[in-house]
Amino acid sequence: MADSDAIEVRGLTKQFGNGADSVTALDNVSLSIRQNEFFTLLGPSGCGKTTLLRLIAGFELPTRGNVLLEGQSVVHLPPNERPVNTVFQSYALFPHMTVAQNIAFGLEMRGRPRKEIDGTVEEMLALVQMTGLAARKSSQLSGGQQQRVALARALANHPKVLLLDEPLSALDLKLRQGMRAELKALQKRTGITFIFVTHDQEEALTMSDRIAVMSHGKVQQLGGPLEIYEQPVNRFVADFIGDTNFITAAVETSGDGMVACRAASGLSMLVAPVGEPATGDSVTLALRPEKIQLKPGGTAQVELSMYVGTDTSYEIRLPDDSRMAVRLQNALDGRPAFQVGDAVSVEVSPGAARMLLD
Amino acid sequence: MTVAAADPATTDQDLKAAEIRVAAANRAVQAREKRGRWGLVSPAMIIIALFGIGPLLIVLVYSFLEAGTYGGVKWNFTPDAYVQFLFEKDLFDDTHLIFTYSYLQIFGRSIMLAGITTVICLFLGYPCAYFMATRPPQQRAFWVFVITLPFWTNLLIRTYAMFVILRDDGIINNALMNAGLIASPLQIMFTDTAIAIGLLYAFLPFMVLPLYASLEKLDFRYVEAGYDLYATRGRVLRRIIIPLTKPGIVAGSILVFIPAIGAYVTPTLLGGGKQLMIGNLIALQFGSSRDWPFGCAAALILMVMVMIALMIYVRNTSRGGVVHG
Repeated sequence: MADSDAIEVRGLTKQFGNGADSVTALDNVSLSIRQNEFFTLLGPSGCGKTTLLRLIAGFELPTRGNVLLEGQSVVHLPPNERPVNTVFQSYALFPHMTVAQNIAFGLEMRGRPRKEIDGTVEEMLALVQMTGLAARKSSQLSGGQQQRVALARALANHPKVLLLDEPLSALDLKLRQGMRAELKALQKRTGITFIFVTHDQEEALTMSDRIAVMSHGKVQQLGGPLEIYEQPVNRFVADFIGDTNFITAAVETSGDGMVACRAASGLSMLVAPVGEPATGDSVTLALRPEKIQLKPGGTAQVELSMYVGTDTSYEIRLPDDSRMAVRLQNALDGRPAFQVGDAVSVEVSPGAARMLLD
Repeated sequence: MTVAAADPATTDQDLKAAEIRVAAANRAVQAREKRGRWGLVSPAMIIIALFGIGPLLIVLVYSFLEAGTYGGVKWNFTPDAYVQFLFEKDLFDDTHLIFTYSYLQIFGRSIMLAGITTVICLFLGYPCAYFMATRPPQQRAFWVFVITLPFWTNLLIRTYAMFVILRDDGIINNALMNAGLIASPLQIMFTDTAIAIGLLYAFLPFMVLPLYASLEKLDFRYVEAGYDLYATRGRVLRRIIIPLTKPGIVAGSILVFIPAIGAYVTPTLLGGGKQLMIGNLIALQFGSSRDWPFGCAAALILMVMVMIALMIYVRNTSRGGVVHG
């Protein structure tokens, strides 16, 4: 059934331990992952993302809920009977086997003919650009090479869904950035649904078609990268993804369209309303540091300036002594626009700040 | 690279002086390390040389001497002890040798009993070690303690205790007869079976402990990866767990096989002196037979056989070398 979702998770709950000591790792999670999608589970450690992945793979049984693969319930099946494969965080390549033996393992276990296995191993080695290293032991490979073999080993089985458990976290920065593009390209080329677990927001934003931001065993927000970054629904999402200034402000005028809000510092902002805020209501606004402009001269003061290459991060002290992070692009000659101690004024364009539900 | 302000000549001299000082420091460190190394190993080395290699040389020399009438040796060089192992002298004609395999038989029985003991230990010990290694970490120490519990009592006492279990009116025979499975008691005591059971009991911990050490180190993500790649439980065991714990299997087998082949207490008591093993044969030569050179020769032949068996075993099992970590 090509039109059903690749994976559907319904009311999935997982508790570890019994009675009073029990920990709820996953709390009534429902979501659908479409065919051929690069889907990311993003969240801090302990948010339940890995538990969700392990439930889909079959390494754990849920306390409650159902897992459907292309419309069929697989929740009761052991991992060796689910047509999904996993790329493990530390790759878990079998150390007593060569690269080729590792890649062939899944096909052998399913009793494919030798000729087909050898052909697929060759094909996979070519796919991950590891041709010629078939006879190596996994201990003789670099981290990046092990990563490729782990991918090849999982993809050799042509899984319906590929599960990736923080596969890039063991690599150094440059390699990690290179592998992002490669993973994305591999997903497009193979047309296999990828479910990618990470705590790295940059990885999530650059690779994903859709992202589920998780915290405390719940999905906080589900959407495309742009939506997640630009329209965070709550404080957790706004805080976890990117840098954010949280500003408590009072609603001054309410009407249709933009709402005027004024912070204690006197800063006035036009914001798209969420819900129906009444005049005088206190609301929390999220404001990204790069969406603020600074003008020379004013009642605010530059307190700290940090040069970060392309930009400079400032900490601005507002008249009510509250602090605000601002990030400005540096001038062409690389010099920061302001120095510590400069008097500045803060300007926020209409719609730059985002009203949060909580 | 140039240092802007410094005069090149001075800099060169400075570098030279520093180089000499670093070289001296390096030599001092190396000398200290060398002294430290020898200081640490020499006590153990002296004991091994004095009480290990020394007696071995005495055994080697004695095996080529003539037996004294009341024990001890006469200092005449002769390979008789080794000849005696395979041939016996004709009663009437000293120069006529007749091939005999009575001693070979004892060696054969020892190897067989030790081999069977090792194999059964492995089959019983592996599930046990697996169970221990998969307990929560705080419970594992308890299980290791349980496994080492038999060491608290002398082996002799424990072997005598087996009489109660194995004899004609012992626990096993009584149970089988009460269950109506047998009409008359089975003869277990003083047979090879009794020796095998005794060896099995005595050496099982030596199998379980190295297996446990290996299994405890096993990264269970490999097991998960196996399941993920469609392997059934049996195949995960055969293709992943067993190959990865091979070092423990090799160590455990060696630790059981070597002491078992030279066992003395167990065959003496449970074999009742009728079923000899090499250990009994050797002990006999220094006791009632009063043939020290033959005892020495038998001990050396055993040693050489064990060494050859070990080399073959290790070579065969380390092929496709498993070093994991």
